[in-house]
Amino acid sequence: MAQRIDAKDLNIYYGSFLAVSDVTMSIDPQSVTALIGPSGCGKSTFLRSLNRMHEVIPGARVEGTVAMDGVDLYGADVDPVAVRRQVGMVFQRPNPFPTMSIAENVLAGVRLNNKRISKGDAQDLVEQSLRHANLWNEVKDRLAKPGSGLSGGQQQRLCIARAIAVKPQVLLMDEPCSALDPISTLAIEDLIAQLKSEYTIVIVTHNMQQAARVSDRTGFFNLAGVGQPGRLVEIDATSTIFSSPTQQATEDYISGRFG
Amino acid sequence: MPATTTLAPVTESSQELRRALTAVDPGRRRKDRAMRGVIYGAFALAMIPLVSLVWSVLTNGLGRFDLYFLTHSMRNVFGGMDAGGVYHALLGTVLITLVTTLISVPIGILTAIYLVEYGQGPLARAVTFFVDVMTGIPSIVAGLFAFALFYLLVGPTRSGLVGSVALAVLMIPVVIRSTEEMLRLVPHELREASYALGVPKWLTIVKVVLRTAVAGITTGVMIAIARVIGETAPLIITVGVTDSINRNVFEGNMMTLPVYVYRQYAAGLVPCAPGDASCIATINYDRAWSAALVLILVVMLLNLVARGVSRWFAPKTRA
Repeated sequence: MAQRIDAKDLNIYYGSFLAVSDVTMSIDPQSVTALIGPSGCGKSTFLRSLNRMHEVIPGARVEGTVAMDGVDLYGADVDPVAVRRQVGMVFQRPNPFPTMSIAENVLAGVRLNNKRISKGDAQDLVEQSLRHANLWNEVKDRLAKPGSGLSGGQQQRLCIARAIAVKPQVLLMDEPCSALDPISTLAIEDLIAQLKSEYTIVIVTHNMQQAARVSDRTGFFNLAGVGQPGRLVEIDATSTIFSSPTQQATEDYISGRFG
Repeated sequence: MPATTTLAPVTESSQELRRALTAVDPGRRRKDRAMRGVIYGAFALAMIPLVSLVWSVLTNGLGRFDLYFLTHSMRNVFGGMDAGGVYHALLGTVLITLVTTLISVPIGILTAIYLVEYGQGPLARAVTFFVDVMTGIPSIVAGLFAFALFYLLVGPTRSGLVGSVALAVLMIPVVIRSTEEMLRLVPHELREASYALGVPKWLTIVKVVLRTAVAGITTGVMIAIARVIGETAPLIITVGVTDSINRNVFEGNMMTLPVYVYRQYAAGLVPCAPGDASCIATINYDRAWSAALVLILVVMLLNLVARGVSRWFAPKTRA
């Protein structure tokens, strides 16, 4: 299921503004890669360029290549909609569809695409996805109730269930726990640890302990100043980044000496 | 000492604090009371015309308001005859409003989708500008426009369709404006959530954006209908008048409720022969009031339906 991603010489623009400059990194399959760095350094922008969500914003564009198993996602004949079916995404704020029930939310990727699915298959997919998201036991008796009636942490796991119901290869998470309390955060972190056996996971986080807990590799983004493009400072095994980073800026940031 | 337990001993500083916390600002109290009075007064003032309107329509209109009135036209009714009804006008109003809605709602919603989801640059700005201009078109001008349009296309003609086009000119900008606002209220996160599942943009718009906003859009459409259902002047030009039932919106004059009210009221008192018991002098006024009551009831019924639809489709948050 999981596949590797190689970004090469990636420049990301909003209009004429260069937001992220010259990123080259490899993301291993069946692993968790964490992206850390100060606000505005382009972590989220980079993440959104991995499933072409970036270009939803008017004027946004990308130079360079993002290859998934050798296939350039920005190739001329690649359909961004198809890319997003392979590379799922979970957002900062839980965003279940307010008009849909819990089960309908899980099936959203299928139903919204007008795909036919038999009732039995739909039930199986709902149960399987919710089990994968560690939510099944909490919601199995109220699948027909609105998804927005759940707690924040449950909503976020519902969003993860919704993302994996499409059966993507890669799962992108943009600060998935920043709106959650510590217990819900722990539930999501456990879930990430389980999911990495099947998916390639990239997670953006402001919480360095979280990066240290959940990730195999960590990339540190930084920017030289306001108005300057963000850059990837270094990426390495998480233990190396947090114990003996090669760059002074990384060490300053993770030890809290960063201005 | 009050019964409540005081944990800390009462000291000089705590008494000072108590004074500070319980001090009354008489100026603020006075202002609060004055503003409260003004606001209640304004509310009462606004209610006077509404209550008075409903009261006079009910007292004057209920007299002739019955099943006979609703199911008979004015065909072969003359003088002070105790007969005649509103059926042909009710039918005309319902049909013309229906056709107007069928023209306006697709155009209005599609334009709003263009403005919110696709439009950028000079074209979108131009559309927004002309929608604003359209909102201000006087209804009589819309009537003349529709009449002239059909005159140029097919020669002099009056029909329900011409009236519907005139009313559509008035209704489209209202639909666009309200739908646009409702679409802008749909959080961008929902669109992104849908895109991230590999749903194409057009399906996202149809199944997420419109679906989330449908309650508000319905309300907006109802307001737009209420705006045009009472129009009189453009319909006199484009649809004309008749005393008979005409179910065909594509041909021939039709009657509508506002025009019916106007015509009946304009006819005035009937000069009855002295001693003629079957002649009712005020029959025209009575019919006008009852027709006005029918019109109000139609609008109210539409509003109730719209509320039902909104409630049915509104996003549910409670588990």
